[in-house]
Amino acid sequence: MFAYIVRRLIAVIVMLLVVTLVTFGIFFAIPKLTGADPAALYVGKQADPATIEGIRQKLGLGEPILVQFWDFVTGIFAGRDYTGGGTTVRCDAPCFGYSFRNEQPIWPVLQDRLPVTLSLAAGACVLWLLGGVTTGIVSALKRGSVWDRAAMTIALSGVSLPIYFTGLLSLAIFSYGLGWVNGEYVEFAVDPAAWFGGLILPWVTLAFLYAAMYARLTRATMLEILGEDYIRTARAKGLREPVVIGKHAMRSTMTPILTILGMDLGALVGGAILTETTFNLPGLGQAAVKAISDRDLPLILGVTLIAAAAVVVANLVVDLLYAVIDPRVRLS
Amino acid sequence: MPDNAVPDETVPDQDVTIPRQQGPGGEPLLKVEGLVKHFPITKGVLRRQVGAVQAVDGISFDVRPGETLGVVGESGCGKSTMGRLITRLLEPTGGRIEFEGKDITHLGVAGMRPMRRDVQMIFQDPYSSLNPRHTVGSIVSAPFKLQGITPEGGIKKEVQRLLGLVGLNPEHYNRYPHEFSGGQRQRIGIARALALKPKLVVADEPVSALDVSIQAQVVNLLDDLQDELGLTYVIIAHDLSVIRHVSDRIAVMYLGKIVELADRKALYETPMHPYTKALMSAVPVPDPKRRAKRERILLKGDVPSPISPPSGCRFHTRCWKATDVCKQQEPPLIPLVTGHQVACHHPENIPEKAVTNVPA
Amino acid sequence: MTDLSKSGAVGEPVRAGAATPSAFLDVRDLRIHFPTDDGLVKSVDGLSFQLEKGRTLGIVGESGSGKSVTSLGIMGLHTVGQYGRGKARISGEIWLDGKELMSADPDEVRRLRGREMAMIFQDPLSAMHPYFTIGAQITEAYRVHHDVDKKAARKRAIELLDRVGIPQPDRRVDDYPHQFSGGMRQRAMIAMALVNNPELLIADEPTTALDVTVQAQILDLIRDLQKEFGSAVIIITHDLGVVAELADDILVMYGGRCVERGPAEKVFYEPQHPYTWGLLGSMPRIDRDQTERLIPVKGSPPSLINVPSGCAFNPRCPYADVPKDGVTRTERPELRLVTGGEGGRHHSACHMSQEERTRIWTEEIAPKL
Repeated sequence: MFAYIVRRLIAVIVMLLVVTLVTFGIFFAIPKLTGADPAALYVGKQADPATIEGIRQKLGLGEPILVQFWDFVTGIFAGRDYTGGGTTVRCDAPCFGYSFRNEQPIWPVLQDRLPVTLSLAAGACVLWLLGGVTTGIVSALKRGSVWDRAAMTIALSGVSLPIYFTGLLSLAIFSYGLGWVNGEYVEFAVDPAAWFGGLILPWVTLAFLYAAMYARLTRATMLEILGEDYIRTARAKGLREPVVIGKHAMRSTMTPILTILGMDLGALVGGAILTETTFNLPGLGQAAVKAISDRDLPLILGVTLIAAAAVVVANLVVDLLYAVIDPRVRLS
Repeated sequence: MPDNAVPDETVPDQDVTIPRQQGPGGEPLLKVEGLVKHFPITKGVLRRQVGAVQAVDGISFDVRPGETLGVVGESGCGKSTMGRLITRLLEPTGGRIEFEGKDITHLGVAGMRPMRRDVQMIFQDPYSSLNPRHTVGSIVSAPFKLQGITPEGGIKKEVQRLLGLVGLNPEHYNRYPHEFSGGQRQRIGIARALALKPKLVVADEPVSALDVSIQAQVVNLLDDLQDELGLTYVIIAHDLSVIRHVSDRIAVMYLGKIVELADRKALYETPMHPYTKALMSAVPVPDPKRRAKRERILLKGDVPSPISPPSGCRFHTRCWKATDVCKQQEPPLIPLVTGHQVACHHPENIPEKAVTNVPA
Repeated sequence: MTDLSKSGAVGEPVRAGAATPSAFLDVRDLRIHFPTDDGLVKSVDGLSFQLEKGRTLGIVGESGSGKSVTSLGIMGLHTVGQYGRGKARISGEIWLDGKELMSADPDEVRRLRGREMAMIFQDPLSAMHPYFTIGAQITEAYRVHHDVDKKAARKRAIELLDRVGIPQPDRRVDDYPHQFSGGMRQRAMIAMALVNNPELLIADEPTTALDVTVQAQILDLIRDLQKEFGSAVIIITHDLGVVAELADDILVMYGGRCVERGPAEKVFYEPQHPYTWGLLGSMPRIDRDQTERLIPVKGSPPSLINVPSGCAFNPRCPYADVPKDGVTRTERPELRLVTGGEGGRHHSACHMSQEERTRIWTEEIAPKL
């Protein structure tokens, strides 16, 4: 088991390195090859040639690509100074780059935004797991019933309706119409109740979409598992039906749900762009949208790296949980 | 069986125009020497090889024209791998395969193409071995298209003749595999294998997925086709009763080795290898009166892993006759009686004059 | 058509629901039908048999004959956890040790399951939960029916594993199913079935997934255990060799019905139904050097949705055209006593007269086998 964890950790580090290299390649190497001026891209919209030249020096764009990559990677661990055009800016570790447009390092921006996205993802995740998995199980057990048909119809609409529709609809009803909640994000540390109030609508909206997918997935998996021979064995032993379902069937149903959950959570941390934009939540997704419209390349790069890291880490956690659940993974 | 299965229609015996195929003057049709297939087991990011499944580990035998060689053994003995090696669906790790005197051991896809006409395979599962999206006609005619051959009278006519030959209704040319029952699908597989008039047909568990009553239909069909077309068979099966019924000679495999190779009668009446003897005594006999009388050899445990087979004689861990020599020395497969080869240090049923031949 | 004769003299058919039976297991006119989109699948259609403790009944049939469906029906497993579509329609009576199970409270049947009647399945790898240890699965079976602590249940599990021949049971008890070999898994499965000393043991193709040398070990084990525990055993198989090894009585199923049942030696040496002849003729023999052709049954097994009216075997029967007194093709043959049989236990469902069948068997079939 220990060897397994170590193997997986090494794989994760290699993976992150590859992700960094690819991201770096896209943002630094390719513009150079296509003849675009990375420095101009990095400064944003209009800038005078002197500023651009300063940035070119600060980023070391004259250096070979590998040196630039090395500087970038060491910057993440040790921080770095950008010197050029007569000025020096300090970017403390972990330095994921420096936004010359906003004249600030990327990491503090990410640091500000990450908790919002994490709050959104975690809360929604709890809701959709509770709602989706329960619905899926009940539907599977009562296959063909009125409940099953109703639940699966709602699930189908949940999967098909886009966030900006359900989100705006819920905002219109609960916030503007009934005035039950206001849409402002407040930090948890400042006021937990306001934090909850600000996030409840985004949670429910996002969870509705995912709950629908999870209900369908759970139902299908559960039906498949219920047809397994070992479920028949469990019943032949004389076990009560709740034990057969809750212990024997659930244990197996969890495996595919976990796989999807890992990927979904990873992707969400990378930016629930639609949800954050719809509800005006200052999270990573919104930052990404803003960065793109501002052509703020270093920020885009930072968000991309965080998103990639989130996916990789989430997959690691899933793999480790797999080993906990399935002895065949653990012992082979 | 699907409800809409096409009813079986017995097609009367018909004139067969294919001449009996003869091997060149007593030469074996297929000659296998020291055949080896190891599947590497790799581990880690670097795909380091940490071992190998020794599926087939040095086997030699001949197949004579017109005969049926039965290959029998338990799971993991390498019999299916052997079948895929001699039809060159797998690349051998070592050894030599000769077909009609020609070395085909390492022929590539292009080199094998002319050979494919002469060597055909029938598979176990008639459900997964037929493409569900193709009609029976296109399945059976596929070999013609692959080989770029147009048979006399056109492809369709020839396919219908083949369907008739295996006892299917030629009118069912345009139906899909799911419309047929298991036994009928196996007939389709046989028709496909026979399309190019092969000399050698290798059948891997051709009847084990079928019900008893259907199994008998297919066994009889294989029998008839052999008589009519002069086919040579290698039939691989785990069922010793089926093997006894269909084979002229039989090779018994255990953990990648042939432990005994003999004529049917000799093998079943005077088995020499303790494994063969145990194997036969283990088969339940459909004769309730005899159950009390018969002597049954119960082997200990299961077949060891082919990844790390036992030293010396691979059977020594389960053999009641094993001695020290069995653990240390691997017994060669040698004829103790004419036509009866055994790989054992302590063979059973040896006639007295043959004692001197027993390896030390 | 519910007049299936059961026992006693000819012409004295016992009606379903007559009296409390004396046999340990008495199945009466069991019907198990499944509604599907294509129609009603009559998997079991009017099956009756009896079994005493200490005896072994072999149920023989090909795929789709209803033999496995019957076993699950006796265990009451068709009605558990089924909702709506695909729910089985079951009728008839199942008497186990004087209790009628079909009309009993489902929870009462559940309490009998695993304790009084237990089951061994065909493929021990898929029949065991991959995520729980062998020990956990056996102790669970024990603790459902016995109010004991984990330690005592574990001791019992080790004891049973030892009894079924697992080496180092105290260590292997903590292994997972995938760490066992095929034969060991089936032994563990048997240990799990026997942990509560059941009085009825149903083994559904217990050796089909195993190699022949391992099969011999398992058949030996089942036979020994039966002697030791004195249970009633039902062996369900397609392999006539397996029933010949184990069964005292044999029941041959075809198209969801019983076509012949009786003492093993009667069914093997004086079979009275053309389908039984077909099975015997289809089977290659390990014990004879037989170069003759096999005598297969023509055609394919019937669809259970459109079982032929009359005898289900009629379309495949080589003797369908033999004239029968006053019987039409659409009339379903009843299971009738074969006279001169051992204690009136040999029955067959065929329209031909017993003289005719005996003549065909002794003159036409037996010499060719």
